[in-house]
Amino acid sequence: MSIFKTDNITMRFGGLTAVSNLNINIEENEIVGLIGPNGAGKTTCFNMITGVYTATEGKIHFKDVDITNEKTHNITKLGIARTFQNIRLFKDLTVLDNVVIANHMRLNSNIVSAVIRTPSYIKKEKYIHEKSINLLKSVGLEDLKDEKASSLPYGKQRRLEIARALATDPKLLILDEPAAGMNPQESLELMGFIKEIRKNHKLSILMIEHHMQVVMGVCERMYVLDYGVLIAEGNPSEIQNNPKVIEAYLGVD
Amino acid sequence: MKERKNIKKLLNIGAICFAIVLLYIFNQVFNSFQMRIFNLCGIYVILALSLNLINGFVGLFSLGHAGFMAVGAYTCALLTMSPDMKAMNFFLEPIAPWLENINLPFGSALIVSGLMAAIAGALIGAPVLRLKDDYLAIATLGFGEIIRVIFTNTQSITNGSLGLKGLAKIGWFNASSESIWWIWGIVILTIVFMVRLIGSSYGRAFKAIREDEIAAEAMGINLFKHKMMAFVIGAFLAGIGGALLGHLIGTIDPLMFRFLLTFNIVLIVVLGGTGSITGSVISAVIVTVAMEALRVLDGNIEIGGYMIQGIPGMRMVVFSLLLMIVILYYQRGLMGTNEFSWDILIKRFKPSKH
Amino acid sequence: MMSFQTFMQHLVNGISLGSLYALIAIGYTMVYGILRLINFAHGDIFMLGTYFAFYAMTSFMLPWWAAFVIAIVLTCVFGMIIERTAYRPLRNSPKISVMISAIGVSFLIENLAIVLFGGRPKAFPIPPLFGNIINIGGVRIANIVFIIPVITIISLAILLYIINKTKIGMAMRAVSKDYQASMLMGIDVNHVISVTFGIGSVLAAIGGIMWAMRYPQLMPLMGIMPGLKCFIAAVVGGIGNIKGAVIGGFILGLSEILIVAFLPELSGYRDAFAFVFLILILLFMPGGLMGENIKEKV
Repeated sequence: MSIFKTDNITMRFGGLTAVSNLNINIEENEIVGLIGPNGAGKTTCFNMITGVYTATEGKIHFKDVDITNEKTHNITKLGIARTFQNIRLFKDLTVLDNVVIANHMRLNSNIVSAVIRTPSYIKKEKYIHEKSINLLKSVGLEDLKDEKASSLPYGKQRRLEIARALATDPKLLILDEPAAGMNPQESLELMGFIKEIRKNHKLSILMIEHHMQVVMGVCERMYVLDYGVLIAEGNPSEIQNNPKVIEAYLGVD
Repeated sequence: MKERKNIKKLLNIGAICFAIVLLYIFNQVFNSFQMRIFNLCGIYVILALSLNLINGFVGLFSLGHAGFMAVGAYTCALLTMSPDMKAMNFFLEPIAPWLENINLPFGSALIVSGLMAAIAGALIGAPVLRLKDDYLAIATLGFGEIIRVIFTNTQSITNGSLGLKGLAKIGWFNASSESIWWIWGIVILTIVFMVRLIGSSYGRAFKAIREDEIAAEAMGINLFKHKMMAFVIGAFLAGIGGALLGHLIGTIDPLMFRFLLTFNIVLIVVLGGTGSITGSVISAVIVTVAMEALRVLDGNIEIGGYMIQGIPGMRMVVFSLLLMIVILYYQRGLMGTNEFSWDILIKRFKPSKH
Repeated sequence: MMSFQTFMQHLVNGISLGSLYALIAIGYTMVYGILRLINFAHGDIFMLGTYFAFYAMTSFMLPWWAAFVIAIVLTCVFGMIIERTAYRPLRNSPKISVMISAIGVSFLIENLAIVLFGGRPKAFPIPPLFGNIINIGGVRIANIVFIIPVITIISLAILLYIINKTKIGMAMRAVSKDYQASMLMGIDVNHVISVTFGIGSVLAAIGGIMWAMRYPQLMPLMGIMPGLKCFIAAVVGGIGNIKGAVIGGFILGLSEILIVAFLPELSGYRDAFAFVFLILILLFMPGGLMGENIKEKV
């Protein structure tokens, strides 16, 4: 069953068309890749999906809700969570707090009951705390929970950012270059990690990634963008043999 | 773990009881000058905390605090002033009829002052909180100035540049001994409120916005709503602080609420550590006392029969220099983002198990 | 109804004030363009310029032209010192720290000025060449009112020449476009920033001296209001954009004079206009009239 669908979305900045007439479809529990050379419009596409930009044309549907004009925080609430190309953690806060914060929007307690600590607020707080600890446990960061986020090594920061996104209880997780800056060993671990997430959290994943080994190893299906236009779609082996893709990546002589 | 929690609860209650006893003793032993300084410290604690909530915890650089204080101070002064006193104040142009006979008891007037400042905060926040960093700073500064200019010109409501004189003493019974309880009572309430707010899920959301707005939004935090909350709460407390300040001094006029006043509070917050409640409290007391102590710099000092001529303005030079040194070499201030906690004390006094 | 003469008088006054605002606004816009920093001390640099000229003429008995040149040079040096001591150490600090430093240095200068120059207003001795009053068709206007726009135009022409035609000007443009890349291209960014502060301070000093001849009362806090208004002018025009600053300065100066002229009952609110204007611009045209809107990259 389809969980996410874009309907001919287009993004223009003045005269420049960054993405044009893009159609993406993601099934439940599917891992989908979005690839393409630098400047192909991949991150713009993510920014449209998450409400950072509003698509100039076209519609975006998530779980049959039109989210084209929705605000970023509402989109997250509906169940799309993201990570960033250049890690954006809450640097000065602890690892645990980074994850706990992601639960704030589902708190459903107003500020007054939070300040006077009503029994129901305390109960929720306790639940969030336990849930966050469990999440950290499942991603292997539990022993670092009281460290400052900025003090973690790079690979673990990436992992924490994914954990933080997972804490919002998404149905669709979008990862912007999760393997960027990782060595082959770390990339390998990441691939296992992503598959594990899908299994444990029962969600779909859309990822931008340049690291071909990771994309081909993890994604079941992928979309290839070039100059904002979709040039190919299919499973890894189809993409690998698609002449248009080869041309886009290697150029023609 | 549970035991530790109960100990901390007891310690908190103990600390508040101790503070009350201390206040009682201070009230007996302080002369009127010392009392005034001590009360001023309390007011600056409230003001520093209110600004720190906005600047330090949410990371919005707001410079309009003096404006909110003015709203609070004028509201409280007008609501508590007797009709006779009003007639004496408004000799240039009579006071607006609807204001003439309003007379509320101090407590309710104080709450109304806070609410009026909060409304001002909401009205200002709605447009400007969409702005960022320096634009927000200059827009809030602008609003602070606009409020001041309006108050200078609305002769029949604020008495214009003449200001208001003869503000009632703080409290219900017109007794000097009452003010310490009001001011420091509100200080304790404010501290408890801030600690609980910052320790709550909302406090975490505030800090998340400070750390990275874009990431916070992506985590489902409604930026505008949370910024607005902090801004309005900050304005409310600033209004209360402004009202107390006005009634402590006894006279108010628009010039009192210049940018300089905001600067003093920024100074306190920065020295204490932006993002630390403990820091603001300690720093407010130190700065207020130091400001008074350094008054000698402005006046003449006599040492061993020699008169050293004081230089008017020297005091503020020292403070500006102090701020510069802190911001250049010691950016975290007194406490950084750290807080006082019983855990540290307990750890220190408990023999370690190793 | 206002007579034609009075209207012309207001118009000339407005243009004159607008030219002054423009001159000072350029300093804000140049610094902001390069450092993304509101130089809160700019208004105080302006104030220092007037005091330097004052003391050069009164205490050192220098002829006015020598006094003005010395004042301008001193102010320029002072501006560069401020940059070096208060801003340079914070180059990699969070924006809020730099802003607090800017406010701090502004207060420091103001209070130092109170201590050194005294809090009481001083009367600026206006050289006759500038102070003489001429009579045009029944309108009596001081020379300085006409001289100000001329000086502004000359300064602006020199400035644009420096920015567009010289090597340092090119470096300035490069740094304001992309700070990091300029550094990588081997531009001495610190030097460029120093020069920018120097030029901004020179313009502030020129503006200050002319201001003093127009409104000949010196006070240590005299720079605050013009400073804020000129910053607003820079924002209105599109901060970082020199032409924008000039346009913003003229808009602000003219509208301030004309609004008060046509609606005298609002004169008490004179100082609030600029801020209302600022907030409206920020809300509806955040990039200003000439600026571009930049959204943070995600």
